[in-house]
Amino acid sequence: MLNYSILIEHWDMYMQGFANTLKASVLALIGSLAIGTVMAVFRIAPVRPLNWIGAAYVEFIRNIPLILIVFVFFVGLPAIGIRFDSFTAGTLGLTVYTAAFIAEVIRAGILAVPKGQMEAARSSGLTYLQAMWYIILPQAVKIVIPPMGNQFINLVKNSSVLGVIAGLDLMYFGDLISSETFVTFDVYIFVAMFYLLLTIPLSLGVGALERRLARSR
Amino acid sequence: MFKTVWKKMIGLGLVAMLSATALVGCSSETTTENKTDNKKEQAAETTLDKIKERGKLVVGVKYDLNLFGLKNPQTGEVEGFDIDIAKGLAKKILGDENKIELKEVTSKTRIPMLNNGEIDAIIATMTITEERKKEVDFSDVYFMAGQSLLVKKDSNINSVKDVNKKGVTVLTAKGSTSAQNIRAKAPEATVLEFENYAEAFTALKAGQGDALTTDNALLFGMAKQDPNFRVVDETFSEEPYGIAVRKGDKELLDVINEYLKEIKANGEYDKIYEKWIGEKPKQ
Repeated sequence: MLNYSILIEHWDMYMQGFANTLKASVLALIGSLAIGTVMAVFRIAPVRPLNWIGAAYVEFIRNIPLILIVFVFFVGLPAIGIRFDSFTAGTLGLTVYTAAFIAEVIRAGILAVPKGQMEAARSSGLTYLQAMWYIILPQAVKIVIPPMGNQFINLVKNSSVLGVIAGLDLMYFGDLISSETFVTFDVYIFVAMFYLLLTIPLSLGVGALERRLARSR
Repeated sequence: MFKTVWKKMIGLGLVAMLSATALVGCSSETTTENKTDNKKEQAAETTLDKIKERGKLVVGVKYDLNLFGLKNPQTGEVEGFDIDIAKGLAKKILGDENKIELKEVTSKTRIPMLNNGEIDAIIATMTITEERKKEVDFSDVYFMAGQSLLVKKDSNINSVKDVNKKGVTVLTAKGSTSAQNIRAKAPEATVLEFENYAEAFTALKAGQGDALTTDNALLFGMAKQDPNFRVVDETFSEEPYGIAVRKGDKELLDVINEYLKEIKANGEYDKIYEKWIGEKPKQ
């Protein structure tokens, strides 16, 4: 049986960790969606230098382990005088990393929209950006919802990387409680439950959104 | 065409899974039988017997602590004060200091690893505390350390009082007594705990904290690595290090204590101490 007294005695720590994991996830989600969209558009825009920037970003970032990116923000940038606290450094690393994957998801979604849509939009007088924003992206959104849901769930779980740089998230406090009580299994089962508390509603939400958009098509 | 291929593949997959579960089922039955047999034997066999039978002492040591247990990147060998003590113990039990297997432990993993039988003893700068005595048995003190602070050369922190302020960040490792001590001595400071001291030191070098706290013995090792840092003179705790064995391993514990007495009497201990710490032990 699980030792619930651990959960009760360390409730404050679990709660603080849960709140910070939630905060880091939400901030990284918004940030990576914004950077990811920009990078995706860069990669397919009819401007060569932008293509290069987009491709370089995606290929560079997604092929490096997340923890190294986080270390760059935590101990790398201070070397050149830019210092973030552990929570901020972790969240920034998570944002930059996830953005590379989101860029690929969005790019795939945009490319899945038939070419004729862009041609028709451009020939009716819209600029490239207008056509992208009003015609292409709304259609791409429907296509990218399922893979995007995957990325969001990964993002929440990947936020556990904050634990390594003392980012005060769920994993950090899980490690602390475990090392104070010498209990390993139960402590991390509770940690897993708190993660599920975030990821399962996220999963269900993505599923519901998918069904709604499928109807409206 | 594709459909039949898929059907075949799914079929194959199912067969594989079923046979796997069947196999697992069989093997788990046999292992439970073996386990009950083992238990009967274990009752008669002490850890000390097992070490002799196996011809090898398995000790949990740190791999990331300068002076105490550090893996030398050039040779691949683990070296340090704790390692020399462990080798001497192997010599005492088995007659050969090379009949030893070192396994890496951290402050977090050492007690679980000892209790699940992966290692016979912990020699890893482990402070004897009442809390830990509930989990493991400790030998006599084999090293007396005291908690102190590692700060930048030009820092104005000179005692634990100087860090007991809002806005001061002190770094340490998870699961260490240092974390509990600093929280008690400097309740105003922010304490951040890292996986190990190497990571905490990296964070300190990156300016992510004002001081790093742990036993002075370890801090001296860090200051030796990077001369931009110094150890504060004051110590604010006594940290007696002990060798830990599983609860109830009395035979092994007796041998360890006897060994510690021997090396302290014949000067071997002073030699090891001077070799690593650079000074004679204080009486």
